[in-house]
Order: sequence, then structure tokens, then C-alpha cells
Amino acid sequence: MTSATSADPTLSRRPEAIRAVAVRHPGRWVAGAVVLLVAAMMVNSALTNKRFGWGEQAKYAFSAQILDGVRITLVLTFASMLIGVLLGVVLAVMRLSPNPLVSRAAWLYIWVFRGTPVLVQLIIWANLGALFPQLSIGIPFGPAFAQGETSRIVPMLVAVLLGLGLNEGAYMAEIVRAGILSVDEGQTEAAAALGMSRMATLRRIVLPQAMRVIVPPTGNETISMLKTTSLAAYVPFYELLFKTQNIYTRTYEVMPMLIMASLWYLAMTSVLMVGQYYIERHYARGATRNLPDTPLQKLRQRMARA
Amino acid sequence: MTALPMVRSENVHKSFGRVEVLKGIDLEVSAGEVFCIIGPSGSGKSTFLRCINHLEKIDAGRLWVEDRLVGYREGGGKLHELRESEVAAQRRDIGMVFQRFNLFPHMTATQNVMEAPLRVKGESKAVVRERALTLLDRVGLRDKADVYPAQLSGGQQQRVAIARALAMQPKLMLFDEPTSALDPELVGDVLDVMRQLAEDGMTMIVVTHEMGFAREAGDALVFMDGGVVVEAGTPRALLGNPQHERTKAFLSKVL
Ligand SMILES: Nc1ncnc2c1ncn2[C@@H]1O[C@H](COP(=O)(O)OP(=O)(O)OP(=O)(O)O)[C@@H](O)[C@H]1O
Ligand SMILES: [Mg+2]
Repeated sequence: MTSATSADPTLSRRPEAIRAVAVRHPGRWVAGAVVLLVAAMMVNSALTNKRFGWGEQAKYAFSAQILDGVRITLVLTFASMLIGVLLGVVLAVMRLSPNPLVSRAAWLYIWVFRGTPVLVQLIIWANLGALFPQLSIGIPFGPAFAQGETSRIVPMLVAVLLGLGLNEGAYMAEIVRAGILSVDEGQTEAAAALGMSRMATLRRIVLPQAMRVIVPPTGNETISMLKTTSLAAYVPFYELLFKTQNIYTRTYEVMPMLIMASLWYLAMTSVLMVGQYYIERHYARGATRNLPDTPLQKLRQRMARA
Repeated sequence: MTALPMVRSENVHKSFGRVEVLKGIDLEVSAGEVFCIIGPSGSGKSTFLRCINHLEKIDAGRLWVEDRLVGYREGGGKLHELRESEVAAQRRDIGMVFQRFNLFPHMTATQNVMEAPLRVKGESKAVVRERALTLLDRVGLRDKADVYPAQLSGGQQQRVAIARALAMQPKLMLFDEPTSALDPELVGDVLDVMRQLAEDGMTMIVVTHEMGFAREAGDALVFMDGGVVVEAGTPRALLGNPQHERTKAFLSKVL
């Protein structure tokens, strides 16, 4: 029936374009004005208030000490994420194990490490010597092959990496587990029917497919880890915040130095967020048909049009 | 003495929790035979098929593939469970084709076919690749060798799945409603591949709703209902002249 009406020439002619009076939104204007006013006040304060110490910040921002702190912060972030991811995979597989003892052990681990503050865990690792002054490797309840002072075996760097990495492992375990569970059971069955072992199935069939679910939250965890490393300053360990504190205990420029450190963290998380954006886009392939353009693609299109 | 059957099931029982799904299955499948199973939904057809390659563990009875018990070893008058690696080894000789294909989506058609022979049998890549391409050719998909499953139609996916199972050079193939998830116009291509396989002498156990296939390609047919084999015979006899009321009622609905 519709085809008959659209064939009617009087109906298919384009009607006059609508020219209506737009609805007014006074509230939006007021809100906009308030935002602008607050922003102007903040900029004014930042420029005129000497206590922000921009000069001081510029002087120290790229000093050897701060750059060293930045480097250590990055190393801590990636090293503890590496530990966390590997441990997370192991724990996730353990939790899904048919052996109840193994799966309960993983559950217990996750319970303890997620249920206590990471700062407390860090301090405990750093002071492990107070609990076990001597560490030894050997047969349980039997002779020891090697032993030594805890503080020598577990130096600060190792303590911090253990603290951050083991804690992260508990969170990653849940992420990896969700990823593994997201893979259709038919996949494991098909692999089993072909005679593949449980391990080969996990490595070749399940984990590659689980990545789509695992990778995006892992990016978030990395960004979060970058900020969490600042807790190591209280162990104490000489990462970015610690170096910053070192400077202001000398110069008493507390606020300028803390703002400078914040800007460094912001810069680093921003870089990670850009990486995260592209990784998520990459793993969305197959799930969504049309990916939105990347900012770079948008820029290119705009330049092509101009 | 007759030749050893490919599959022998003696009073096989299987329960899920309190629900008994298989209540004593007795049957024999000879080597080279196309053995079809029909029956209403929930009658235990898939479950029985999955018991044959030990995807499900049977609770009672005995199930042999050739001269070996499935999933167990008999010794000293006792049954011993097989180790995971031994179960896997048994499965290598039994191909399985699923209703929902279950191709590996992150691998191309060729990679799907090559995966198990490479990882499980440790054969050389060149040999496996050659065989994979030959098999894809056999199911009419040589030109789709480097395509991912998502870019294939259901019928094409199922044919790749058949090639994947054949790549392990099994002596027995299990088909669980291989055409039920397909659009009607795609069913023919898959059945053609299966007919060809039957002609080449493969032993096949086929759970199906395709009565035409059962009649033409089948050597034996059983009707299952409520976890038991209600009636067994040649496809012609069973479809043309069913003896049991339940068989008659079922066939009157599907034919
Ligand atoms: N893993 C399981 N856990 C619990 N119950 C199950 C499981 N698998 C199958 N069942 C039950 O066992 C019964 C038989 O299932 P089965 O899949 O063998 O039937 P079927 O004959 O293949 O049916 P269909 O034609 O619908 O595929 C059904 O009632 C089903 O709900
Ligand atoms: Mg079924």
C-alpha cells in the first residue's frame, strides 16, 4: 500500500522546511556562567598566588632525583603488573580446578589479599624480618639446604614488588577467571573431543578467546597500579612520591612539590589511558561491527575535507 | 566368530544428579556401518553419543570401542579410571561433530583443521598442512582455507568442523544433529559430505532428524525414547513398518 501512496506526486513533493522558535534554556546559560566564573577564579589564583611556586616546580620537575623517581615508579608499575598477571592466570586456573583443595587454596589466597589493605601488606613485606629473622630453603620440618638473614634475601625492592604484585594477583585472578568463564563451553568440548589435553586447551583455545574480556580491565588495573605504587613511599621506597617528599622536607615547598608530582602522575596515567583506548578498540573487533574512528583518523578526515 | 564390533554398549546407565537419562542402552555398531539414532528431544541421544568418547562418564554398564573399555581399564576384577592423558588418547581415534559446530573462532579454517594433529599428534607441519588442504578440498571449501569461521555460513562451518575431525584420521565419527542448526538450503551440502564419507567406508554414528538421510545412507537405525532403545532395525523396516506404539507416534509427527 505504501508504494501506491509514494507514487502520488502531490504527496512526494518536499514540504516546506520547519522554522520554529527554539525552546529557551536559561538554566544552561546560568550553569555555563558559573562554570566559567569558577574556572577564571582558579586560573587567577594559580597565576597570582605565589605559593603555587610554579618556578620551584619547573626547577625540580626534570631534576635527576625526580626523573629517577618517575623511572622507578614506571618500573614498579610494570614489574608488579607482570607478577600480578602471571599469578592471576595461575590462581584463576586453580580456582577452576576440579580438585577442591586446589580451588579452595586459590579462593583463600584471593580472600586474604583482597580483604586487607595493600598498604598494610606492603609494610608487612618490608618488615618480614620481624616475623622470620631467618629464611631457609629445605625439606619442610627437615634439614635446610640454604638459609640467610631475611633482610638480605628480601631487600626493599623485592618487598615492594611482592607487596604490589601478590596483591594484584588476587585482583587479576578474578579478571582472568571471568575471561575464562566467558568462553563458550563448546570450545573446551571440541578440543577435548579432538584429544587435546586440559593444558593445551587452556593455552591454545580458551585463553586466546578470553583475552577480549581480560585485556580491557587489565589496562584499568595498570593505570590504577601506577597510582598505587605511591604507597611504597611509606615502606619506605624511593619512588616518585618519596623523592618528592625528600625535596620538600629540605625546601619546605610542600604544595608546589606535591602539585608537581601530581602532574607527573597525571601525565603518565594519560599516556596509559591512550594506550588503553587503542587496546580496547583492538579487542572490540569481532564484537562490534563498526568501530568508532580513532582521534587520529578523525583528524586526518578533517584535514582531507579542508 | 564375527569381527569385533566398532562400538558395543551393554546396559549403559547415566544419571545427572537424581535424573536417570540413560536407563540401560544395549547396542552394537559394526565397523564400516552408518548407525543412525532418532528420538524425541530429551530422550538421551546426545548423552549417549557423549558417553562414547567419555565427554560424559557412565554410571553403570560397559561401553567398548573396539576391544577397549571407554574411560576405564579392567584389572584384577576391578575397574580403574583412565588417566586424563589416556582418555585423551582414546578420543584421538573418535571424531565428533557438534550441532553448533564449535569451530575455534580465532583460527582460520586451515588452522582449525591443523590444530589437533599438530599439538596432539606432533606431526610435521608440512604433512599436516597438506592433509588439511586435501580435507578442505574434500568438503568443497578449498577456496575458504584462509577464512575465519565468522565469515563462513553455517553449512560451511559445519563442513570445516567435519574436516577438523577427519584430520585426526579417526576410525569412528560421531555426529550430533549436525544439520539441526542450519538453514534448510544449507543442509544438503553437509549431508552430501556425510554420504561421501559413508561411501568411503567410515564408521559413523549419527543422531539426526533427517529421516531421508537415515533411509538412504543408514545401515542401521534405532529409536530412543526415555533413555532406552525402544526399537532397532534397518532404516527401511523401522521407518516403513514400525512395531512399537511410541515409534509410530514419533514417526507420525516427524515424517
Ligand atoms: N550436563 C547435564 N546436566 C544435567 N542434565 C542434563 C545434562 N545434559 C543433559 N541433561 C538432561 O538429560 C536429558 C537428555 O538430554 P540429551 O541432550 O541427551 O537429549 P537429546 O535426546 O539429545 O535431546 P535433543 O534432541 O533435544 O538434543 C535431558 O532431560 C537433559 O535436560
Ligand atoms: Mg541432543
